[in-house]
Amino acid sequence: MSRKVSMNGRGRKRAAVVASLLLAAGLAGYGASSAMACDACKGKYEVDGRKSGYLFATKETQSIQDDDFINPGMLWVEKGRELWTKVEGEAGKSCASCHGEPESLRGVYPVYPKYDPKTEKLINIEQRINRCRTEQMKAKPWKWESEPLLAMTTLIGYVSRGLPMNVKIDGPAKPFFEKGKEFYFKRRGQLDMACKHCHYDFAGRYIRADLLSEGRGGGAFPAYRLKWQKIGSLHRRFKGCNKQIRAEPYKPGSDEYVNLELFVKWRSRGLPVEVPAVRR
Amino acid sequence: MRKSAIAVMAGLAGLGLATVAATAGVVKDDGLKPYEIVGDIAIPKPLTDKPGDPARGRKLIANRKKGNCLACHKIDQMKDYPFHGEIGPDLSDLASNMPAEEIRLRLVNPKVINPDTIMPAFYRVEGLYRVMKKFRGKPILTAQEIEDIISYLVTLKKPEQK
Ligand code: HEC
Ligand code: HEC
Repeated sequence: MSRKVSMNGRGRKRAAVVASLLLAAGLAGYGASSAMACDACKGKYEVDGRKSGYLFATKETQSIQDDDFINPGMLWVEKGRELWTKVEGEAGKSCASCHGEPESLRGVYPVYPKYDPKTEKLINIEQRINRCRTEQMKAKPWKWESEPLLAMTTLIGYVSRGLPMNVKIDGPAKPFFEKGKEFYFKRRGQLDMACKHCHYDFAGRYIRADLLSEGRGGGAFPAYRLKWQKIGSLHRRFKGCNKQIRAEPYKPGSDEYVNLELFVKWRSRGLPVEVPAVRR
Repeated sequence: MRKSAIAVMAGLAGLGLATVAATAGVVKDDGLKPYEIVGDIAIPKPLTDKPGDPARGRKLIANRKKGNCLACHKIDQMKDYPFHGEIGPDLSDLASNMPAEEIRLRLVNPKVINPDTIMPAFYRVEGLYRVMKKFRGKPILTAQEIEDIISYLVTLKKPEQK
């Protein structure tokens, strides 16, 4: 079966990367947290045979995610909290003016993207945040992948931690779901591969130094990637997967990626929200 | 063991796939050297007149921007490069199982043999979708690079059979 990651050279190399990252971030206690890698809580990352990317991460990476004191993604949760009460825009409001505590939005993350009657297409969390900014606050929308948008999206995910992913794909969402699904199965790029080739056909096997996950990612993003050294959106991950097969990526926030997001979040149904997840 | 030509043809017809190489015979892909597929399993003639260089081929197999064959295949004779993938078959004894002319089709366009394969076609430019601008109209490997790789692959035999 698949090799024990933490016992081979790849595992050791990753541990070194992680250790140096933690040192760079000025965070202590890496050795102690290693022992805490949560064997007992693994069960929740597999639902009806669907596995979260968590189960394909090394023990070292998992243990960083498991411990809020060393999980660097928590910095974005904190930044999100600061922005939550910041008054911006002509209406003189902050998020808190309408929503009280961020925790009042527990349950929102797992059901996005969803059909939006106003635009007659899907809307995802990032777009929903920006709609509140432009319409309620009369403030400028945040740019895709900007620090404030990442921070706020991370906070919205964080307050739903542990809840099962639960997007709707029937009714008016159906045609968009179908487009997202088509994307996942369509070959593209000079390497002529579809998402499914890596994530359905060969999940659990190594492709060079990377252990392929089932490519669900639904409850995990924005995730802290060690490679990025920061939090990044699911659409940034999509772009990366497109570029590695030399396919022209779409713009983050494009209709194509929002439709694809609905499909991967449906593939993640029942899996827990784990924002901010940590991945290699 | 290997799919018969007939089964492959039926598979292609069934899927309604019209790829450049689905028709046996001479394939003329845009701007590339024409080549002839025989029996839907082999390209008997080398793509170039110049013989392949096995030392260059070995490097191309490891190079992540070129063949990157090690992403998917294990080759014991190349343990000097770390991280061999587990996606495709072990190639360490390839030369005992497959002649050069069949290896050539596998590299040029493996979709002729298995339309659903993950393995890229290394010498093909037509029939692709949304290729990044800087790679458009170019095959992953040149004709000479394909021949270099083949010249190394035909040396791959398990030690006891040498
Ligand atoms: C050439 C192989 C390959 C292809 C094709 C590919 N990916 Fe990936 N993908 C990877 C690798 C390697 C990773 C990092 C390890 C992992 O999580 O699987 C990854 C990670 C992911 C993740 C993060 C999973 C997590 O929980 O952290 C998602 C989501 C994802 N891919 C979706 C996609 C989508 C959607 C497509 C098509 C647009 C796609 N992938 C195409 C190789 C691929
Ligand atoms: C993304 C994965 C991938 C890459 C990259 C890849 N292959 Fe493959 N290869 C496969 C798979 C999977 C098969 C199994 C047959 C199939 O899918 O049709 C295969 C089959 C083969 C075979 C037939 C082996 C047999 O015993 O039948 C040869 C030869 C081969 N590959 C050589 C290469 C070479 C040389 C390269 C690089 C220039 C390469 N492959 C790159 C995935 C890959």
